[in-house]
Amino acid sequence: MQLLTEEQTMVRDMAAGFLEEKAPVSALRALRDEGAALGYDKGLMGEMAGMGWFGMLVGEEAGGVDMGAMAAGLVAEEMGRRLTASPFLSSGVLSAAALCAAGEGDWAAKIASGEAVVAFAADEHGKHEAGPITTRAEASGNGFVLSGAKRFVSDAVGADRVIVPAMTEEGLGLFLVDPSQDGVTTRAFATVDSRNAADLMFEGVQLDGAARIASGEGAEAAMASALRTGRAVAAAELCGVAKEASERTVAYLKERKQFGITIASFQALQHRAADLYTRIQTTEAAVAAALTAIDEGSDEAETLSRVAKAKANKTASLAVREAVQMHGGIGMTDALDIGLFMKKARASIEYLGDSACHADWLLREAGI
Amino acid sequence: MSDLQEFRASTRAWLEENCPQEMRQPMSEADVCWGGRNWVFQSDAQRIWLERMAARGWTVPTWPEAYGGGGLSGDEDRVLREEMRRINARPPLQSFGIWMLGPALLQFGSEEQKRHYLPQIARGEIRWCQGYSEPGAGSDLAGVQTKGVDTGAYFEVTGQKIWTSYADKADWIFCLVRTEPDAPKHKGISFLLFDMESEGVSTKPIKLISGASPFCETFFDGVKVPKEQIVGERGKGWTIAKYLLTHEREMIGSTDSALFRSESVVDAARAAVGLDGEGRLADPLLRAKIGEFLVDEMAFKVELERAKAWSRAGNQIGVESATLKYTGTELNKLRQEINMESGGFDALEWDFADAESNEKASLWLRSKANSIEGGTSEVMLSILSKAVLELG
Repeated sequence: MQLLTEEQTMVRDMAAGFLEEKAPVSALRALRDEGAALGYDKGLMGEMAGMGWFGMLVGEEAGGVDMGAMAAGLVAEEMGRRLTASPFLSSGVLSAAALCAAGEGDWAAKIASGEAVVAFAADEHGKHEAGPITTRAEASGNGFVLSGAKRFVSDAVGADRVIVPAMTEEGLGLFLVDPSQDGVTTRAFATVDSRNAADLMFEGVQLDGAARIASGEGAEAAMASALRTGRAVAAAELCGVAKEASERTVAYLKERKQFGITIASFQALQHRAADLYTRIQTTEAAVAAALTAIDEGSDEAETLSRVAKAKANKTASLAVREAVQMHGGIGMTDALDIGLFMKKARASIEYLGDSACHADWLLREAGI
Repeated sequence: MSDLQEFRASTRAWLEENCPQEMRQPMSEADVCWGGRNWVFQSDAQRIWLERMAARGWTVPTWPEAYGGGGLSGDEDRVLREEMRRINARPPLQSFGIWMLGPALLQFGSEEQKRHYLPQIARGEIRWCQGYSEPGAGSDLAGVQTKGVDTGAYFEVTGQKIWTSYADKADWIFCLVRTEPDAPKHKGISFLLFDMESEGVSTKPIKLISGASPFCETFFDGVKVPKEQIVGERGKGWTIAKYLLTHEREMIGSTDSALFRSESVVDAARAAVGLDGEGRLADPLLRAKIGEFLVDEMAFKVELERAKAWSRAGNQIGVESATLKYTGTELNKLRQEINMESGGFDALEWDFADAESNEKASLWLRSKANSIEGGTSEVMLSILSKAVLELG
């Protein structure tokens, strides 16, 4: 029941066609097996940028295509279906949204063109939004001295810049930091979904005044905007993961025979598959509502983005668990792709907040 | 001003002038106007409101004017609903005629039947009930055994229906009857209409665990039904029944249902449990449960909005009504469980003889039927696995 405009359908179909050819699940598997530190193919990223994907949230004056969150979500869903490895979400969505909200057209343009990758250091704790920001930027001369630590920064490896939220005398500030700069220590690691991330330590990092791209209320707003759009697009990606995992599983049920008949004829499995189907429908609607609300600048956008992420988390989690179980023994093997979907779902669920994180926000909003 | 804006302005003015003040109050189950031959209006205002709306065809805004409707387009209908909501105007009339039989007649009825039955429904003159389930035909609805024997001028109907909503208050029934005993089970059913005052019809209310009795057992003993009171062809009643079931599922799963009318889970919990020093619900495990519920509830609300937009755009909801029905009813059961849990001991105090003495408990118990009536949750899942996932 997805209501898409002609343009949206075109965006989705083009993304599906391109990714099917260039970045199917086997591409992720190959990157993993190579042990590529970057975890994605930079050449492919350039091609995606060439199609405007990294500029979907960037205004035309800054070299973007300004197509909005819904378009980005449609692309992300197709990426989720194929476990496409790229810094689309970190750089093309979160950082691009933050930079545009902060009026930093130059770096937004570099992201849009694929010239630069900008990571976004959203977290300091073991879980998303689990505590206050403690990284500090002390005023010093015309600039700042940055100290503190950020955790689990996606695509920090190979990033040209990292957006670092830090507290200043004037409240929150967003700082554009070169991770190769003196005083920045990077502990890079591969993640369960075969992507890269890093913990970043800042010790007496000297920044000039221009490194602060937003401060006070402006920084709060830019960060909120980046996280809001990021979580809605991440929800769309998870929706793609859930759909693909469930469709592959339904296909397997029709093929696998036991006791002389296909296991698709067992009602115990039929009902579980159908239950999952209904949850995917709800998720698809919630994701579309969040993306639309963001594009329309609706007051509901913050709430809907959290509902979408929380719902997509739950649905994707169920989808991959059912997928492995219903595939049986073969679902446990590395040779089958289903396990990769399970790993991707786990990482994406944690990224930008699990369901409890967003449910807690909804509860506080509701006054309980 | 566009046509639609003009329509909005004139509708607003008309409603302001014609909707009685008493009809602009929130309503409970007891305030519903069902109409019918024996209807006793709750107030003059209720009668006037029905008469005025019916005169414009606005009890059934989108039905053609020739059949007592308002002839409104989908957009105009939406505007009318918005304008009614704006002043809290109550629906002037609710009935199974409007929800169920009307749409079926519009789709499958003869011109004569439309002209005869639809205006009576629109004016609230005849109250209808639905004769579907039987003691031996619940989820397996196509297994109905009530028989209609062809005696020349009549079908002579004999058998028993169960779970007939408001059969004891209805004037007429639309009923699934097996008229072709030798045909395969889906091809032997006809869709008959007849008067509940006919000789041989009797009803008996069924008391539910919630204390209410909205359903009846209905008995037919040689009821003579004139042959022109069949809708569609002989033996083709299952097609109509299926169409109506789809329609019913959309309705049961939709916002207009009790789902979003009852007290919010959040308010109920805050009132019952209270907050801790940090402004959080004092029971952290209940709070976590409510958090999960809110996510699902809000997501389902936008799913319903999407379905409405889908219909407005001229698409059929079709088999997806099973998704909405399943999700919506399971969610409502969960809501009522949470409300009872947050209510604790207080929610247990209940005088069964006075069902309304504990609304929380009666809603909780009533909600258990949500995933049974109109097709069980299990039937919904079977439909989806067959029709959408093609498992089998």
